[in-house]
Amino acid sequence: MFGTGLLKGLGVTLKHTLETFADDRGKVPDRYRDSIELGQGRRIINQPIDQEGLLTIQYPEEKRQLPERFRYIPMLIWDSEKNEDRCTACGICAKVCPPQCIWIVRDSDANGKPVTRPAEFYIDAAVCMSCSFCVEFCPFDAIKMNHDYELAVFDRYPQLVYDMEELTVPLEYYAALWPEQYAVEQEKRAKDEEEKKAQDEAKAKAAAAKAAAAAAKPAAAPAASSGGAKLSRAEELKRKAQERAAAKAGGDGESVPSPAASAAAADGEVDAKKARMEELKRKAQERARQRKAEAGE
Amino acid sequence: MSATLVAEAPDQTQTGTLADVLPGVLGTTSDDTDKAYLVAADKILDALAYLRDKEGYDFLSSVTCVDYQGYNGKQRKGISERFDVVYHLYSTKKGGGHVVLHAPIPSNDTIASATSLFPGANLQEREVYDLYGIKFEGHPNLRRILLWDGFNGHPMRKDWKEAYFDEDSKPFRSRHPKGSYEFHEDKLPWGKNATYPAGWDPDTWQAPVAYVPVSQAPKHLGEAHLDTESIVVNLGPHHPSTHGVFRMLTRIEGETILALEPEMGYLHRNHEKIGERNTYLMNMPFTDRLDYLNSMSNNWGYALAVEKLTGIEVPERAEYIRVIMAEFTRFVNHTWSIGFILNDLGALQTPALYAIEEREMILDLFEEVSGARLMCNYLRFGGVVRDLTAGWLTKARYLANDRLPRALDELDRMLTDNEILMARGRGVGYLPAEDLISLSVSGPMIRAAGVAYDIRKAEPYGVYDRFDFEIPTLPHSDIYDRYYIRLLEARQSVRILQQALADIPGGETVGFGDYASATLSQGFGSIMGGKGGYNLRPPEGEAYARVESPKGELGFYIASDGKPNPWRYHVRSPCYINLNALGPMSVGYKLADAVVILGAIDIVLGEVDR
Repeated sequence: MFGTGLLKGLGVTLKHTLETFADDRGKVPDRYRDSIELGQGRRIINQPIDQEGLLTIQYPEEKRQLPERFRYIPMLIWDSEKNEDRCTACGICAKVCPPQCIWIVRDSDANGKPVTRPAEFYIDAAVCMSCSFCVEFCPFDAIKMNHDYELAVFDRYPQLVYDMEELTVPLEYYAALWPEQYAVEQEKRAKDEEEKKAQDEAKAKAAAAKAAAAAAKPAAAPAASSGGAKLSRAEELKRKAQERAAAKAGGDGESVPSPAASAAAADGEVDAKKARMEELKRKAQERARQRKAEAGE
Repeated sequence: MSATLVAEAPDQTQTGTLADVLPGVLGTTSDDTDKAYLVAADKILDALAYLRDKEGYDFLSSVTCVDYQGYNGKQRKGISERFDVVYHLYSTKKGGGHVVLHAPIPSNDTIASATSLFPGANLQEREVYDLYGIKFEGHPNLRRILLWDGFNGHPMRKDWKEAYFDEDSKPFRSRHPKGSYEFHEDKLPWGKNATYPAGWDPDTWQAPVAYVPVSQAPKHLGEAHLDTESIVVNLGPHHPSTHGVFRMLTRIEGETILALEPEMGYLHRNHEKIGERNTYLMNMPFTDRLDYLNSMSNNWGYALAVEKLTGIEVPERAEYIRVIMAEFTRFVNHTWSIGFILNDLGALQTPALYAIEEREMILDLFEEVSGARLMCNYLRFGGVVRDLTAGWLTKARYLANDRLPRALDELDRMLTDNEILMARGRGVGYLPAEDLISLSVSGPMIRAAGVAYDIRKAEPYGVYDRFDFEIPTLPHSDIYDRYYIRLLEARQSVRILQQALADIPGGETVGFGDYASATLSQGFGSIMGGKGGYNLRPPEGEAYARVESPKGELGFYIASDGKPNPWRYHVRSPCYINLNALGPMSVGYKLADAVVILGAIDIVLGEVDR
């Protein structure tokens, strides 16, 4: 009969309406079954997979419980046990980043020698596509995904270009957001550390035995301490660098520069780089100011 | 161009003989993943006609172009032509693999258009013209499609650089600790760095009067001896019926459509150029953004192409996970699509909201394993990024065995017998199956025309050959069938899900590769781990892999020169190519039907415009 299909469809709608209404009038509507109450109508909702009735979540009063693997914008981990950044400024995250939104400047010590620590670390959150590759490929567990998704600001620049201070969070924060992964990681780290310790001990033992052997020898040569070994390693690296520089200079047909001169040159280079960075930063700020002024007019 | 050509040994395989009988064949590309026939540009129509008429390759799946300027690989030794137009043909009758034709383009950048043999080449040739500047002789409507008139140059050419060009390939050195970075904010291309074509002035330029093909004289004497006039009505780009920013130019008389011309490109971002500058891995999250309802299928298509090129094996459990994700995605897409067909018919929101209730639960599951609801970025070459979480399978089984079938039954009860839906849908938007195939239409659209062609059966990938499921078909090829076929396909998806969730090897979690992190094991799969695992370098060659995405045949064509960045990365987008049929399907129906006809093609503009 004409119209039965229509009525059947309306029946489905009616059933839906009545069921939802009944569920909503219940003591605890189905959608609040596993939720955490925060008072004043605010809740964190953990939607059960078999939930019936109204599915809508009244954001922002009600928010979803996020799964551990939720990814939004990366954060940098401050290792509160060792009191240092886990980041070593190796740059792998910047390399794998698909939109290339990470920018790192490596820190240097008083002599201008680069050290394994970032001086600056920027993520342009407006460009970040939340793919989590930086996290997947970081060999130091230094960068992880944050769950904080309420990032709205009035201006993209500079507010959405996050610097190191804004990105860094203590280890405990990460542990609270990603409890399962944190536990597995800590276990692995502890194991690795133990292994390393054992290796170091074995090495130290061997060195001690060697030193003892050397001391036992009648020769008056000073015992090679581990510090001495380190120094010689540093010297070797330096020598190699000089050789490389010499080879380069030789290609140009110039005389080999003295070690002192090359060191000075390196220092100068670092200074120049720093100056360039400063210059760039200043320029960017200037441009931002200019833009703002133009926009204001 | 003899250096790359392999001496033709008359072997017994079909392809071996094909090289002898194919008109204009110059040779084949040597030991490639996907063997291609080099065909002289002036003989291309003969070759295509031969393949269509004699060999049964009736489906011109993909037409694209590769720019070999600066290519250093062995493959191009001895070939001086810069561009190759590449054709991929399949057979909907026989199923199975493809035939690939490479036609080196002479220096006047011109080749004959394939539209006379395969009308489905229409949009794809326009795209090649737009992005590469190759002219197709005999094309009925060769003008830019994704870009506008004031765009200078052809951006997919290797020598084209955008404003504030950074570098040819990622990673950019400037981002590295030693580099000097500039904020993206200061690189935006509006300002003094914009360039225009020669002799083109932005101040005096006016948008051209809308081109609308006239299949009938615009002014003529009506039946009642009244002067009538057909008029142009512009639907979109900002209109909810167009499912995004898409424009339909219609010429109507009364309410009857005389001609319809799709206009697109509003969401164009040159996905393929970005893809060429990215490393192989970096492209994965970009594929999420193509058809943003189905990121899992998109990931799979791309992963499949790279795996084919590199020869990577996927562990069995990962294959099952992929199937599960893809079928959940198909369910999401089809219910979404049903809801919005009804929306377009004027049943505003109620069916749509009922239809996407279960989507919520499925997205929760996606989020739990991958960390995101839409942009999942979950698959990797050789597997998936991490294993399922504890308890995930229980929830998924509840959905597949209980909730999803129930939801489909309810949709079925609510809509299928509905008289209004029948009145609006029956007989509207009809196009016979052979026309649809020659227009390169794929997916639910041709299955609603009675063609049982599904890549999961015709050329099985993953572990689809292990599941017991059917390809539903419907005979009428109208709006109603296109609605109903999606319901039937969603039922088959549920069927596959039930089997896959029951058979998945390893149980709840396997216990290794649970987390993706370089310090733990990295990725649930084979190759992504280790130092520098992000730097994949497939061997030189090319590969085309396709999946049955919910919208149709989603193909990825990748050409590698052995470097970390793909030489060519092309997406054969089902939404885009299915739009070939929009004009022919709409002519003769009412203007209000055009909205539903578009809705029943089921497009996502992220994939149309790329």
